[in-house]
Amino acid sequence: MNAPAILDTGNAPLLTTTRFTVPGMKCAGCIGKIERELPKLDGITAARANFSAKRVAISHDPAVGEDALTAALLGLGFEAQPVADNPLGVEVEERKRLNRALGVAGFGMMNVMLLSVSVWSGADGATRELFHWLSALIALPVIAYSGRPFFASAWMALSHRRTNMDVPISIGVILATCLSLYETMTGGAHAFFDSAVMLLFFLLAGRALDAEMRTRTRAGIGALLGRMGKSASVIAPDGSTRRVPAASLEPGMLVLVAAGEALAADGEVADGASAIDNAMLTGESAPEPVGPGAVVHAGAINLSAPIRVRLTRVADDTAIAEIARLMDEAGQSRSTYVRIADRASRLYAPVVHSLALLAFAGWLIAGAGWHQSLTIAIAVLIITCPCAMGLAVPAAQVVASGALLKRGLLVKDGSALERLAECDVALLDKTGTLTLGAPRADIAALDAESRAVALGLAQASRHPLSQGLAAACLREGVQPAAVADVREVSGAGLTGTWQGLAVALERPEGADQALATRLRIGNSAQTITFADPLRSDAAATLAALRAEGITASILSGDRAAPVEAVARTLGLSAQAEASPQAKLAALEALKAQGRRPLMVGDGLNDGPALAAAHASIAPGTASDASQQAADAVFIGEGLMPVALAVRVAKATMRIVRENFGFSIAYNVLAVPLALFGLVTPLIAAIAMSVSSLVVVANSLRLARSAKERAR
Amino acid sequence: MTGLAFLIPIALGMGLLGLVAFLWSMREGQYDDMDGAANRILIDDDEPLEEDA
Repeated sequence: MNAPAILDTGNAPLLTTTRFTVPGMKCAGCIGKIERELPKLDGITAARANFSAKRVAISHDPAVGEDALTAALLGLGFEAQPVADNPLGVEVEERKRLNRALGVAGFGMMNVMLLSVSVWSGADGATRELFHWLSALIALPVIAYSGRPFFASAWMALSHRRTNMDVPISIGVILATCLSLYETMTGGAHAFFDSAVMLLFFLLAGRALDAEMRTRTRAGIGALLGRMGKSASVIAPDGSTRRVPAASLEPGMLVLVAAGEALAADGEVADGASAIDNAMLTGESAPEPVGPGAVVHAGAINLSAPIRVRLTRVADDTAIAEIARLMDEAGQSRSTYVRIADRASRLYAPVVHSLALLAFAGWLIAGAGWHQSLTIAIAVLIITCPCAMGLAVPAAQVVASGALLKRGLLVKDGSALERLAECDVALLDKTGTLTLGAPRADIAALDAESRAVALGLAQASRHPLSQGLAAACLREGVQPAAVADVREVSGAGLTGTWQGLAVALERPEGADQALATRLRIGNSAQTITFADPLRSDAAATLAALRAEGITASILSGDRAAPVEAVARTLGLSAQAEASPQAKLAALEALKAQGRRPLMVGDGLNDGPALAAAHASIAPGTASDASQQAADAVFIGEGLMPVALAVRVAKATMRIVRENFGFSIAYNVLAVPLALFGLVTPLIAAIAMSVSSLVVVANSLRLARSAKERAR
Repeated sequence: MTGLAFLIPIALGMGLLGLVAFLWSMREGQYDDMDGAANRILIDDDEPLEEDA
């Protein structure tokens, strides 16, 4: 289910709702703009944005087509793609079912407990019987409803002749319920409805937390592929064009890409010059000028003028589809990574069954009645329920992720913390990772007049070099000169006139001067160079990583000279001019040596490496593809969150081990007591719940430890 | 003990009320867009009024 569109018109039944994914929605202003401006257009009744899912639901007149709506969103500055249906709907539904079950179990637990407390405090006779009947009345529907996730999973396992954690839980709950019903009907002293419902509530709480973390991680891949154009205008040899869906495109076709259109396949520009927005692939926010012969990728958006593109790779062969596939595969191989909890509880479940059965048989043989034997067996089942064990991992992970989020690091997957803690070697990309990735201009050589002109020109442009230059001038307190007729020629530079002189910021000759611009005033010209400074805490971060026993080195696709310079400054070893394949190979080589590499990188060329590394972190300025591939994303100018992540991950694993140690110790103590019949099912349920709470409380310590360590 | 005849239904009723409120809020999509709700508070409501005028 998606956020329902709010309709307040009388002709609601005539409206249809179309959903779009709008990845560019980044702030409150975007929500406001979409929801306020869209309904002003003809045929659109309402728009409702879902910020978490980056989706917009538009209710509109059926006469308004998807294309018109897409164009309307583009008109507001948001690139959008219609979604046929919600690909994540199944998971969302599953999570909602868990939450509903949790709510029902919580209601049942509170009310049954209320009645149970009265029974414990001495109610007897008719009152006790009434309370037992009331408990049964509440507990039976609650157990039937809230227990379904466990019963279904247990049945699934049993019908495949396997056993899992849900089997002892289901047996324990059902047995306890049946026995309690029998007790209630015969007017007995003990009913265990409270135990059964409490057990379900705590288990559901653990499940719901786990499901919450999982759904957050998977949201991205669909959004990435949604960026590709859905169709393209293919130019026939006779010059006519027709729309062809992306899936039916073939290499060699010539397509016309209108301004504002997203490319549906990879290709080479055959004709025309324009600027394209490649932000999704490269993280580079500046428009990239393209001309005949330039390679363009699916998902890029043509910004300024129509171009003709000869397709080279289509559908599943495109660079973006390849990246999505790599990420999906990497994600799968990680989810099969056997989680500690699963490992433990898989071994544990059969032990629980056998113990309970043994207790039942043992007490029956020893001469206790079947009723007492069954009570003891239920107590054993409940007290040994691997609930604390099931919570040991997710509780710690959720708390640690929350603490890291507050420090500027978003961990996308609970298992990422496990892998981060295991890393023993770090590979860092240079540009955008060790450095800020935003050029800073060196204007020391310019006189005051030149600075003023430079600022006058640069502030008119959104090109990163212009912005870097303008920022540098403003920092020096330069007042901009009044430059008239400022014009930006895509790919060439800025021109204007100042006091009758032609002035310009232009691209210097020679490919070597990539990070430089030439300021021309009249006939004199000066070259302004740009530097990409290191993040201010890069050295401190590397020292912190070293303190955690992680050796770092640079793995960059950049040219050897600048990489060398950075490596010398930071005292690291470096590998420069590495292609994406070479980066991947370097990681595979490390893995083959039994090392566990942590990859930190931002560019598209880091994507496969990020996916292949044991754990990976990308800065928030990275391309979407890299952010999707990485396990964690850090925000801000500092690099320290990387070291913090490793530290907190290690603390998390320490807590997880403590939690396991505690639950094992608890079982070692409690199981013999239950086996010898010293524990009633109620005490068993309380002990089990307390053990779960201890595990949760222990995990909460992580929130504080992350804060203290950061100081 | 006759007090129980009132207290128990009241307790149950209040519990049910909470449960119904929770289920209702979930069906209404109150939990669908937690990040969005955090951001919406920042939207300036005055703006559309000015534009409409």
